[in-house]
Amino acid sequence: MDNLNSTQNSLVSVHNLTFSRGKKKIFNDISLEFERGKITAIMGPSGTGKTTLLKIIGGQLFPAHGSVTVNGRNVHHLKHDELYALRKRMGMLFQSGALLTDMNVFNNVAFPLREHTQLPESMIRSLVLMKLEAVGLRGARDLMPNELSGGMARRVALARAIALDPMMIMYDEPFTGQDPISMGALVLLIKSLNTTLGLTSIIVSHDVQETAAIADYIYVLSEGKVVGQGTPQEIQKSESEWVQQFMTGAADGPVHFHYPAKEYMDDLLHSEKPLFSRQRPPSDRNAKRRRYS
Amino acid sequence: MMEFFRFLGAGTRASFAKLGRATFFLVDMLSGISSVVIRPRLLLKQLYSVGVLSFLIITISGLFVGMVLGLQGFYILSRFGAEETLGVMVAASLVRELGPVVAALLFAGRAGSALTAEIGLMKATEQLSGMEMMAIDPIKRIISPRFLAGVLSMPLLAALFSAVGIIGGQIVGSGLLGVDDGAYWSQMQANLDFQGDIINGVIKSVVFGFVTSWIALFEGYDAIPTAEGVSRATTRTVVNSAFSILGLDFILTALMFGDN
Repeated sequence: MDNLNSTQNSLVSVHNLTFSRGKKKIFNDISLEFERGKITAIMGPSGTGKTTLLKIIGGQLFPAHGSVTVNGRNVHHLKHDELYALRKRMGMLFQSGALLTDMNVFNNVAFPLREHTQLPESMIRSLVLMKLEAVGLRGARDLMPNELSGGMARRVALARAIALDPMMIMYDEPFTGQDPISMGALVLLIKSLNTTLGLTSIIVSHDVQETAAIADYIYVLSEGKVVGQGTPQEIQKSESEWVQQFMTGAADGPVHFHYPAKEYMDDLLHSEKPLFSRQRPPSDRNAKRRRYS
Repeated sequence: MMEFFRFLGAGTRASFAKLGRATFFLVDMLSGISSVVIRPRLLLKQLYSVGVLSFLIITISGLFVGMVLGLQGFYILSRFGAEETLGVMVAASLVRELGPVVAALLFAGRAGSALTAEIGLMKATEQLSGMEMMAIDPIKRIISPRFLAGVLSMPLLAALFSAVGIIGGQIVGSGLLGVDDGAYWSQMQANLDFQGDIINGVIKSVVFGFVTSWIALFEGYDAIPTAEGVSRATTRTVVNSAFSILGLDFILTALMFGDN
């Protein structure tokens, strides 16, 4: 009964998702729920496929198994036009901002409005200025993307993401590489946008403090599995070693400091040649050519 | 030995897979043209950066190629006492071959490489992905206008190249070497066929424009989104375009001029 309620309440649900890249399983049968109007965070060490998850939810990547439903519709069963119609209601904030480099700030924010609506230019102007005001960059409207700092670029991208008044926003590592001030500004912005616009927010991040401060619910991922979930308080108190290592930032633990390798001594004592005669890295094409010439 | 065959097989499979991706890309690109027609402003901007900005290199190269043709043609033709046919020789070689081919090679180096680098960097900086997430099809919005601009600019640039080349030949031939001015032009008028020479040259340049733009845009779109990947893709654009232009030129020439 509980489960049913949570499904009805959630805007995005991920069921039994499996996704592999090459031989590596990025996600192994995970299920996640993102409730309407809440901020849900997905946390985990780098390389656990957090960005991949956002791309799967946005329909840019296809899972091997499992389903993703957004607002009651299975993203990966939609036709091209239906998917695009759904995406108009999903905002996404890329890590790099992904601003169009040949347009200034104003035109970047106006871009989705001009592409998707027939609004008169005067109304587009008011809308863009309102969105820019919300992120505090109304005065920067004439700057080009290369004149913006990283934090400003991300805020412009945020203004662009809310330009079409979406029902949800996905944030890809919004805090990475930000100085404390712009970090604080972004934390505040994400929280206030969520409450004032009634958005559903999905944050993918490994910045523990900032994310825990604004998230309503947190999933901790590691090696393709959900290793912990709950409210920030529950997560802090979690007994799982994985979660504890992640939240406290210990260098070694269930997630090893070392990338899997052969025995250290073996590696040092043997020269490269015999090691590479059997398994050559695929990039080393010249070595192959030399052998057959 | 087995490894060698495996290597060979993997290479073959990869190139066929790429050809397949390129074909799907072409279909998407062509079907996106309808949305460019509705918004001609997108096209105008690309016509400027693909076509107008190639003007200078085409004009200067065309002038020099024409002048060299004038010189070489004069030395050979005067040996047979036929220097008044210099105009025919210069114009026929330009309109039939050099105009479309050299202009296309220059176009691939000037505009094609720029297109690949631009699209590749847009991919690397997630601009294409970002557009998709804004429900804007990057093929329709970014690729198709550039493709159409390339296909439309190429014949115009080739025509410009030939025209400037003919003037260059005339400057050298009648200006410096003393070929009769009237003979230069009238022989050209009398012996060049509109259908056989000019139209066939235009067909060639349309084909080259199509292929070069396709290669350039696909290589950018298919580039590995890193600095090295984009640089390799740009190189491949120039190399593959050159091969395709020269190879197709042979085939087209054989088809067009084979029976006379």
